[in-house]
Amino acid sequence: MKRRILLAGGILATVGLSLLPFLWFVLTSFKSQTEIEAVPPTWWPSGSLEFYRAALFDHHLFDYVLNSVVVAGSTTLLALLFAIPAAYALARLTIPGKRGILAVLLCVSMFPQMAIAGPVWRLLDTVGGLNHRWGVVLPYVALTLPLAIWILASFFKELPPELEDAARVDGCGPWTTLFRVMLPLATPGIFTAAILILIYAWNEFFFALLILTQPEQQTLPVGIALFQGEFTMPWGELAAASVVATLPLIVVVLLCQRWIVSGLSAGAVKG
Amino acid sequence: MAELELCNISKSFRDLTVLRDISLQVPNGSFTILLGPSGCGKSTLLRIIAGLDTQTTGQVLIDGNEVDHLPPAARDIAMVFQQYALYPHLSVRENLAFALKMRRVARHVIDDRIAEAAQLLEIQPLLDRKPKDLSGGQRQRVAMGRAIVRKPKLFLFDEPLSNLDAQLRTSMRIELKKLQQRLQATMIYVTHDQVEAMTLGDRIVVIESGRIRQADEPQRTYAAPADPFVASFIGTPPMNLWEGTLTTGDGESVFRSHDLILPLPATLLPPHPPQKSRVTLGIRPEDIALQEKPGAIQVEGLVELVEDLGADLLLHCRVGDLRMVVRTARQGDRIQDQPMRLFFPFDKLHLFIENRRYDPPNAPT
Repeated sequence: MKRRILLAGGILATVGLSLLPFLWFVLTSFKSQTEIEAVPPTWWPSGSLEFYRAALFDHHLFDYVLNSVVVAGSTTLLALLFAIPAAYALARLTIPGKRGILAVLLCVSMFPQMAIAGPVWRLLDTVGGLNHRWGVVLPYVALTLPLAIWILASFFKELPPELEDAARVDGCGPWTTLFRVMLPLATPGIFTAAILILIYAWNEFFFALLILTQPEQQTLPVGIALFQGEFTMPWGELAAASVVATLPLIVVVLLCQRWIVSGLSAGAVKG
Repeated sequence: MAELELCNISKSFRDLTVLRDISLQVPNGSFTILLGPSGCGKSTLLRIIAGLDTQTTGQVLIDGNEVDHLPPAARDIAMVFQQYALYPHLSVRENLAFALKMRRVARHVIDDRIAEAAQLLEIQPLLDRKPKDLSGGQRQRVAMGRAIVRKPKLFLFDEPLSNLDAQLRTSMRIELKKLQQRLQATMIYVTHDQVEAMTLGDRIVVIESGRIRQADEPQRTYAAPADPFVASFIGTPPMNLWEGTLTTGDGESVFRSHDLILPLPATLLPPHPPQKSRVTLGIRPEDIALQEKPGAIQVEGLVELVEDLGADLLLHCRVGDLRMVVRTARQGDRIQDQPMRLFFPFDKLHLFIENRRYDPPNAPT
């Protein structure tokens, strides 16, 4: 009993500690300018929606949300499109130097962004990708692929190979086996990878700032960062915009959570 | 329904040879068992027949046609796996329909076949469940159903009962036998369980170290094992086998193995028995008699341990420094630690010369 109380207390403390800054932002976003600047601070906001209006209409927040949805969405789809067949092949086929390939992939994902920023910019400049949303999608896909392949490969490896034998006997080729038998079983892995890619692409700041210089293409992190004026720090608008930026991600993660259930492959084989 | 022929199949993984020169004919409608200890290559052979693995050399022929270049799906075979391998995301009905859908069989035909197989296997109430909601025995039935709906030329079973508990295994074994008789299908069944092999098959192919040791009817495999390995592998408890030397002189032959010295009549031996050659002599535990009978060799043994099996007793005896097991009916007297006269009937002795069975020309077997 004592153990359980300690455990519960620990969990509450950890969750509280992580949620507190976010909670403060949510509270701040509903305050008025006077409430924000008040000393001592006001805890409970008056419920003003002024900052939301300002963020959405004066700062074109909707455009940023739309850009982020397009960029993060296409990054996730593209990365999965490449990662799924690659991971399946790496998990199952006998490829010479397979371990080497996986190791190199891991190294690639560890490259510091700063080190590749220059070359990426030059490359995109050559192919005309600067100031296009697809210009950031390309490096995002490249940077998230290694992790996605690693996650998916380990999921595919866990699936019983007898299922593939059964599928072959039943008349499936490699692609049908992948799509009709293996993919449905790897759903938890796919959603795990998808969420990680989505969060990365949604939050990425550095490349977005480098590649997208026009407000019409900029994503949420860059857009919000540029709220800052020369002499002013619009805390209220920033708070409101951050809440708007975070909500879609929370919704998506919560929706996907029910797909990330383990034991989906239970019943395939004994055990 | 089909016949299968294997011609000189060999299989190596790098420098490891798993199968050596396997040739086998499986006639139409036969229930053939591939029996052997684990790691003997029997499952690999089954996978080669299925097309899941490729042999290093040799040919697989189904109905006289070479199928080596064909993928598993094109060979018209169905396979039941040891781990069932049901598709967990599909219901039982969809599992049964899967292979037929892949072959673009018409919907109403699929429905008919599923209904037929479900009735045969008594799994109608399970059709809309997912595999995870089934017990081991039920999953096994579904796995068989998935093979049956295909109406394939060949059924391949890879140790399908080894994951079930003992009781269920016995009842599924009986059902499987009935099923085979009803379907009149050609079935090839891999197992390491000699009881399954004896009861199910109409032919047993004993494989060891990648070689066929004997391919025969179950009764003959039991009564006339081709070599000491088959003799020791089939039968519980296994046959008593002694390695020794055969000495012939003055018209009498004597088998010696440690303290066991047995004079053997000339009728049991080849016309010109090899001098001082290494031979193996065997006798099944149930063939050793405790009562004197004509045409038997008598030895003096000591009963070291008695195992009571309920119906029978197993006597673990010692003759000098040799050990042997005798299976006999229950008896009242206390016999443990008692000396005992053992009789080896001549016609029950198995003689192996150079690891091959020797049968005298006029032997009844």
